[in-house]
Amino acid sequence: MFYRENGQFKTTYAADQQIFTIAQDKWFVLGVIAFAFLAVPMLADEYMFRAILIPFLILALAALGVNLLVGYCGQITLGAGAFMAVGAYAAYNFLIRIDGMPLIGALLLGGLTSAGMGILFGIPSLRVRGLYLAVATLAAQFFCDWAFLRIKWFTNDSSSGSVSVSNLEAFGWIIDSPVEKYLFCLSFIVIFALLAKNLTRATIGRQWMAIRDMDVAAEVIGIRPMYSKLSAFAVSSFFVGVAGALWGFVHLGSWEPAAFSVDRSFQLLFMVIIGGLGSIFGSFIGAAFIVILPIFLNQFLPALGSLVGVTISTAAVSHAELIIFGSLIVFFLIVEPHGLARLWAIAKEKLRLWPFPH
Amino acid sequence: MKFRALALAAAISAVGLTSATVSTSAAAQAKEQFFPVLVYRTGAYAANGNPWANGYVDYLKLVNAKGGINGVKISFEECEFGYATDRGVECYERLKGKGATVFQPLSTGVTFALTDKAPVDKIPLVTAGYGRSESQDGSVFAWNFPLLGTYWVGADVAIQHLAKQAGGLDKLKGKKIALVYHDSPFGKEPIPLLQERAKLHGFELQLLPVAHPGVEQKATWLQIRQSKPDNVLLWGWGVMNSTALKEAQATGYAREKMIGIWWAGAEPDVKDVGAGAKGYAALALQHSAEPNSKVAKDVLEQVHAKGQGTGAKDEVGSVLYMRGLISAMVAVEGVRKAQERYGKGKVMTGEQTRWGLENLNLDQKTLDSMGFAGVMRPVQTSCLDHMGSSWVRIQTWDGGKWVPGNDWYQADEKLLRGMVLNASRKYAEEKKITPRTPEQCKS
Repeated sequence: MFYRENGQFKTTYAADQQIFTIAQDKWFVLGVIAFAFLAVPMLADEYMFRAILIPFLILALAALGVNLLVGYCGQITLGAGAFMAVGAYAAYNFLIRIDGMPLIGALLLGGLTSAGMGILFGIPSLRVRGLYLAVATLAAQFFCDWAFLRIKWFTNDSSSGSVSVSNLEAFGWIIDSPVEKYLFCLSFIVIFALLAKNLTRATIGRQWMAIRDMDVAAEVIGIRPMYSKLSAFAVSSFFVGVAGALWGFVHLGSWEPAAFSVDRSFQLLFMVIIGGLGSIFGSFIGAAFIVILPIFLNQFLPALGSLVGVTISTAAVSHAELIIFGSLIVFFLIVEPHGLARLWAIAKEKLRLWPFPH
Repeated sequence: MKFRALALAAAISAVGLTSATVSTSAAAQAKEQFFPVLVYRTGAYAANGNPWANGYVDYLKLVNAKGGINGVKISFEECEFGYATDRGVECYERLKGKGATVFQPLSTGVTFALTDKAPVDKIPLVTAGYGRSESQDGSVFAWNFPLLGTYWVGADVAIQHLAKQAGGLDKLKGKKIALVYHDSPFGKEPIPLLQERAKLHGFELQLLPVAHPGVEQKATWLQIRQSKPDNVLLWGWGVMNSTALKEAQATGYAREKMIGIWWAGAEPDVKDVGAGAKGYAALALQHSAEPNSKVAKDVLEQVHAKGQGTGAKDEVGSVLYMRGLISAMVAVEGVRKAQERYGKGKVMTGEQTRWGLENLNLDQKTLDSMGFAGVMRPVQTSCLDHMGSSWVRIQTWDGGKWVPGNDWYQADEKLLRGMVLNASRKYAEEKKITPRTPEQCKS
């Protein structure tokens, strides 16, 4: 009844090519962004910001990057954690080694370095596909783990191998409170999500999708596979690298290579698969699912236990958390193999027909 | 479709339910001293994390059974983080809002992550026997308390012990000492001190990292077989320790020539190897396994006998159990000390507890009266020394139990002090912290 595009006529090409062609969609998304910028800082407490919202935003950005590569270009990667690490360590080195380096400059340069690494480790994708490529990208993971553990220069000769950043400042704005950190991350992710959305609608995104759907056919119609695949690796790694730098700088503050271990790579890949391959929105739901659900279960189960008068031990909660989390993943993958984003799309379709489905 | 709707409804009601219960539990605690307990009872390091956590919680229960801290009852809540740094930080954020007294994460990685956060939130960070070695300097690290010993103390004592066995520090010249370490901030901590010692005495230091969690060590021990070091220092945690001992057995490296850090000297590390680990020595952070100590008996009588024990009964008094118990004890004593200044029988804030920890003075008489006779030596902290004591013993595994040695060692103060000051000044410069002057310390 309410969600229908009847009567919304497009009179110009620009209007026809908007991101959200349906006015309700546009207002909804703008409303969510306004809510996130204006209402959330007033509603959420420090724990929400530090433990849930900031990690969620940063990992959503990383998942977005992975989705560009895996979901849009069809190149499976298991090296996302490595590219996060490259972004974080590169940004760290730019910040401490160059005097007067602005924070945002360092973050973006970290992303660019990561993009360079992405191209390098994307080269095997020109020859190998699918699972073989996934294994090849694992090399990036192990190489980076090794490099940041062993090469002292990267960690500024820190004896423990742990590096830390403090006194974050951008344009004279000192980012130290959780709200400011949240807003800083939120600005990044809004801009990057817009960028990603537009990239996927433009020539380059269409090339990626053509390669994903059938690379031989794409080549026949004149798409250069090398350019498309490597650009996908570069852009994806750039996103992931910036997310890694934010993870280190804003969320952790001090980190060691273990923060970007192979577990992180798997986590990002799961986010994309559960959220929905080839969907910007899916990256966000996937990240929310993987970041928030375990923490939620961890707090919910003892609360539930106390409600019925049972004290659940910490270990039991932790085991139950893993069991429920795992079974939910299986459940969602069986019910909706195209990810949670597909559920959202179905809901929208239904809403369009509502209340007269026939 | 119905199933899906059902699942959705369940999820929504679950969210509502938690918010309701979480808010009620937060209101319940008022006049109690709240101790957050970061634990890992699951994951790769659970075997070692469990006894520590049980000891910690049992001591808090014991204090309550004895009437609290000058009448103030203790409340606590566990948060499981599985030795993962990001989950540890999440636990910290979750529990700090409940009026946390001190945090003791039992993870060097988490300690590094929290070191920047603690001063902002004004909650002391007690890391008994781990953490950043340079945080001994309280003038820069006002909120860190590596009580009882740091890894630099451990490394220093290990070298002293080896020198004593060889017949003097000068006899170390030309020797080869290998460090088999957990490849994390924890394992890397001792390296600067060992390098310094290697330069001083002319022994060769071989660094052999082992990746987390430490079950894959074939290559490491192959290297040891090739290079034949005179001694091996084992800087492991969890399953890495027993794996190392098994590999040593398999490659025929004499266990008598191995010496472990105090985190590699507990029952879970050697039990599986049993007689194969006979002769293996490890540092003891003052205490060894102390099932006969008075405090262990107190726990059995006043906590376990009432059915409130946290773990198994026979675990009471084991090495890591005692470590957790002592960790809780120093935190509780910090609160008690703070009460002397800020009012007995009151709940102390993190800031007040910090003062208490910084002015801790546990002499032998006090320790003995608390039941720690033969377990611990005196601890006295100050603004410049947040460690308070650097006594270490050596214990040896006889195939069935840990046998503490009679010799007490102390770290070389001259060497340690210089390194601590250098490192802490460097940190202060990086973070733009002005070290506190002696006058500021007094307030």
